[in-house]
Amino acid sequence: MFALGPIVFTAPWLLLGLISLPVLWILLRVVPPAPIRRRFPGIALLLGLSDEKAETDKTPWWLLLLRMAAVAAAIIAFAGPVLNPQTARPGSGPLVVLIDGSWADAGDWSRRQDRVASLLAEALAAARPVAVVMASDPPSGQLNFVGADQWQRRIAGLTPNPWSPSDTSWIRAQAQDFETYWVSDGISHPAREDMLGALQTKGPVTVFEGGSAVYALRPARFEDGLVVMKALRAIGSDATELSVAGYGLDPVGIERALAEGVLEFEAGAREAEMSLSLPPELRNRITRFQLTGIRSAAAVSLTDDSLKRREVALLTGRDDREGLELLSPGHYLRQALEPTAELLDAPLGDVLLANPDVIILADVARVGSNEAEALLEWVEEGGLLVRFAGPRLAASDVSRAEEDPLLPVRLRVGGRSVGGAMSWGEPKSLRKFEQASPFFGLEIPEDVNVTSQVVAQPDPDLASRVIASLADGTPLVTRKRAGQGQIVLFHVTANAEWSSLPLSGLFVQMLERLAISTRPERPDAKALEGTTWVAAETLDAFGGLESADTLAGVAGEALATDPISGKMPPGVYENDVRRLALNVMESDSSLEPAAWPASVPVEGLLAPRETRLKGAFLTAAMGLLLLDIIAALFLSGRLFRGAGHVAGIALIMLLPNGARAADELHAIEATRDVVIAHVITGDPEVDRIAFAGLRGLGDTLFRRTSIEPREPVSIDLETDELAFYPLLYWPISAIQPLPSPDAYARLNRYLRSGGMIVFDTRDADIGGFGSTTPESRKLQQLAAGLDIPALEPLPDDHVLTRAFYLLQNYPGRYAAGDVWVEAAPPDAERAEGMPFRNLNDGVTPVVIGSNDWAAAWAIDQSGNWMFPVGRGYGGERQREMAFRFGVNLMMHVLTGNYKSDQVHVPALLDRLGN
Amino acid sequence: MNTNPQTAAHLRERAETASAGFPALLAAADQLAASVALGEHGRRRSGLGDEFWQYRAAMPGDNRRRIDWRRSARSDAHFVQEKEWQSAQTVCFWVDDAMSMSFSGDRNRVTKAHRARVIALAAAGLLVRAGERITMPALPGPAKTGQAQLMRMAQSLLDEAEDDFGSPAQHHFPRGSRAVYVSDFLGDWQRIETALTQAADHGVRGALIQVLDPVEEAFPFDGRTIFESMSGALRHETMKASGLRDRYLRRLADRKADLAALARRAGWQYTTHHTDGAASSALLWLYTSLAARH
Repeated sequence: MFALGPIVFTAPWLLLGLISLPVLWILLRVVPPAPIRRRFPGIALLLGLSDEKAETDKTPWWLLLLRMAAVAAAIIAFAGPVLNPQTARPGSGPLVVLIDGSWADAGDWSRRQDRVASLLAEALAAARPVAVVMASDPPSGQLNFVGADQWQRRIAGLTPNPWSPSDTSWIRAQAQDFETYWVSDGISHPAREDMLGALQTKGPVTVFEGGSAVYALRPARFEDGLVVMKALRAIGSDATELSVAGYGLDPVGIERALAEGVLEFEAGAREAEMSLSLPPELRNRITRFQLTGIRSAAAVSLTDDSLKRREVALLTGRDDREGLELLSPGHYLRQALEPTAELLDAPLGDVLLANPDVIILADVARVGSNEAEALLEWVEEGGLLVRFAGPRLAASDVSRAEEDPLLPVRLRVGGRSVGGAMSWGEPKSLRKFEQASPFFGLEIPEDVNVTSQVVAQPDPDLASRVIASLADGTPLVTRKRAGQGQIVLFHVTANAEWSSLPLSGLFVQMLERLAISTRPERPDAKALEGTTWVAAETLDAFGGLESADTLAGVAGEALATDPISGKMPPGVYENDVRRLALNVMESDSSLEPAAWPASVPVEGLLAPRETRLKGAFLTAAMGLLLLDIIAALFLSGRLFRGAGHVAGIALIMLLPNGARAADELHAIEATRDVVIAHVITGDPEVDRIAFAGLRGLGDTLFRRTSIEPREPVSIDLETDELAFYPLLYWPISAIQPLPSPDAYARLNRYLRSGGMIVFDTRDADIGGFGSTTPESRKLQQLAAGLDIPALEPLPDDHVLTRAFYLLQNYPGRYAAGDVWVEAAPPDAERAEGMPFRNLNDGVTPVVIGSNDWAAAWAIDQSGNWMFPVGRGYGGERQREMAFRFGVNLMMHVLTGNYKSDQVHVPALLDRLGN
Repeated sequence: MNTNPQTAAHLRERAETASAGFPALLAAADQLAASVALGEHGRRRSGLGDEFWQYRAAMPGDNRRRIDWRRSARSDAHFVQEKEWQSAQTVCFWVDDAMSMSFSGDRNRVTKAHRARVIALAAAGLLVRAGERITMPALPGPAKTGQAQLMRMAQSLLDEAEDDFGSPAQHHFPRGSRAVYVSDFLGDWQRIETALTQAADHGVRGALIQVLDPVEEAFPFDGRTIFESMSGALRHETMKASGLRDRYLRRLADRKADLAALARRAGWQYTTHHTDGAASSALLWLYTSLAARH
């Protein structure tokens, strides 16, 4: 083989033909272009005139060059050039293809899949047994080495995980030696060296890494009234800009980008910082920050309460002691809350209008009856009312005889005083918090003691309302729930008058636990000890949010210390009062590129693909020859003769097809008779077939049943009203764009109001259940926004099997695919003596299949079948069955579960031979 | 007429082709002629005629029947009414029927021959209406007037010769008659000159209308071209047609100048008409040049 840089020729001796080019040059040079013959009476005047210049009869040099280039391209093409010819990778024996499968892989996942696929193809060619392993999801036990072809099918189904690999024990557990191809994410993580070492004991390791830059976003911090964001990248390359957006629900309840900013990486820098100034209302709405356009869990930073600043209204009863700031009931609260919460200072009536998160009443005995009602209403809607006792409360008769709705317990008259100058006993300290208490796990400092308090009346439900008590068991903090909110009473004052609690750190921690204040930093393990958290939403490796209904709870200390794993995926965790975000990147995480020892060969992620250039060169030669035709026409003055006509035709083609008919007229047309509709997918061929299919089905319905549909209609989901059509046929095309939220809303309304959508992925010939053809992936995306109930494969006793014809299979152009419909209620029972269950309600809102029904139904304008179905008689039978299924579908849509009624059962039984 | 021995079928086909074009030609000529108002055609002297010319005193020897009694009754003398002398003029048309005339540079443009026929026939129609006698070299017998002669002329106009270029036939004109030559005058100059000089020697005056296609005036050709005459008998090959343009145009201008000079010498009128122009302008020119006194 003759190589020229990355290009190799398979038949290099043909290149000798290039030598003939100069000869060709001379030949072409002397042959003039062909003349045009013209009839011209003026020739009488021309006779005797001779051409002025002799060389004008030669071909111009640029035309010659064009022709030479065409010939040269043809010669090179037949010499068989190949770009990047593949050479086989040496090696034999068992092979492990190891994929990191972490969040850093997500951005380039399909390229990694391609790389793995090409490695598998090599292994298949070398007949090596292969095991594909995802390091983030390591296998248990011995690896199962099988043929590479078995893995090839499973590659498409692999998805990365939003955490880094950490477990390496599985490598050492292998009994067998193997070679490793390690498709790495290129990011350093703690277990990497260990893993490499372990793998090297088993056999040689080759690393493949590369791909696009990896970016990560650290959690947003709150600093000096600004939200500070920091982004990292693994490799400090050129200066670049990334935009970051904060997403949250807007006041209407739609998630949208509420804040946006730009992070600027300087050239060579690996960190970029940016701060956003956001009003508290907006800031509290943001649920996540995300680097725009980067698909990775690390590019998403979920926010939790630490970014939120609660609005706390502080009302104190006693303002008469001016100047004695330290004795003011609000002083310690203000000190404790000011750094972490927005404090509101206003009369109660105004405060309630602002709808704060928390209202603190420090030694306020009574509020006006109007205000009390409003306050109670606010609490019941989820407010947290915190009250502190004090001389006023002790002196008043509030909640004496019967419980005040705004106090958790009844109070004894006067309260009590211990350890003072006029009383016996020591000041009381606090008892350890019980497990049910929100304060469970908080350490109680030695020096916290209580000298005075108001005392709760012993009522039957007192025990359940106490969340903190003194060493002698007297309630110190009580709580009751009211509606969705709660009312908490500290039986001591908010200043240091009755106890030293407000002076201690415990006071702040207790306020935190009650979610009155929030802390900018992640609570440490100690602070979280004893709490249990449940995942509300989790992140996948691509940075998408998923609901996490099925995950078990996580202990608080694990949340603080353990690395992210399958048991504890990144996401938002919550307990009854607080939310905590667990992000892939923590505020101290770093992003380092992986460093490999020199002994490990590292290859790029993108395998240079072997490309045969013959076709390209031949095309170029052809193109040059076409150019030559145009040039020759131009030279002989014949080029523009037809130009006018061409322009005219082009102009006609550009004319618009006429405006859309008026909506109203359209609605009348659509509702005058039954009209079947199909969704416009944007793929003209698919749309054409769908339309023709519905036309064919309509003809059949017209001939065989009392349904007499009109010409079918093509529906644009974005603009057209759906309510007029009983059935919407939706062929899935991989290129269809997702409908807008508006369109989804209308689709869901359509489904809820009794419409039926028949999804047809048209791929039963290549895909079965669980396979991932582009169409079925598209269907998943499309259907994600739809309100679709639980599905099951069409059961044998479904009404669709007997709505008009008795059917047991539902072929279209293909006969292999399953058909899925809404699942029957689990309690459906088979009726006595009947072969059917009693399934009396509802029409299935969706039918999902892949048999390409429209193609089986499709007829052209003159009524001929557009597509062959099957072969011979069997094919015709299959088409007939396809039509019968279509008829049943329409019958089912239009008559509901009429056939499920018992009326026709005897006749049906008779026909079934029962 | 073209009377080559031909099969019956060929004759009939020709007859049908001819009669197909005939009404159209007549209609076109009629329409064109209608656009020209008839003027006077008298000889401007007393003589035989229908129109009143003058009264004069009766002289001895005048026939008494010629005395206009109504005029004489108004005075003492006798008057005789004289009529204007009205004698029919003979106009001879020669329309080039060679193949070079069947050229049209554009699909939407009429051929030169068609335009030449229409102009000639329209002028003939006008003359017949004015009572003049018309004839053509190809028509046998003396010049006549009337619709029948016009029909014969139209019939004759539809004939086509197979020569590349035509030239006026040697024709014996009545003395003092007029002639109208319609052609592209691209043929042999010698023959044109001879024919015209000879006609002038007979005391014939007339008009030359040179009908040309705009393509012949512009010569819009490029590239390697083989030019052929309409019959294909003449060929001229060039490698670069655009290189010939200037010299061709110069020759064409020379030809026009020669024609104009020749016409002036013979006392004829000369104009050039282009087939993309309106036929009526040529007709009007022809009409006025025929009506002009010499």
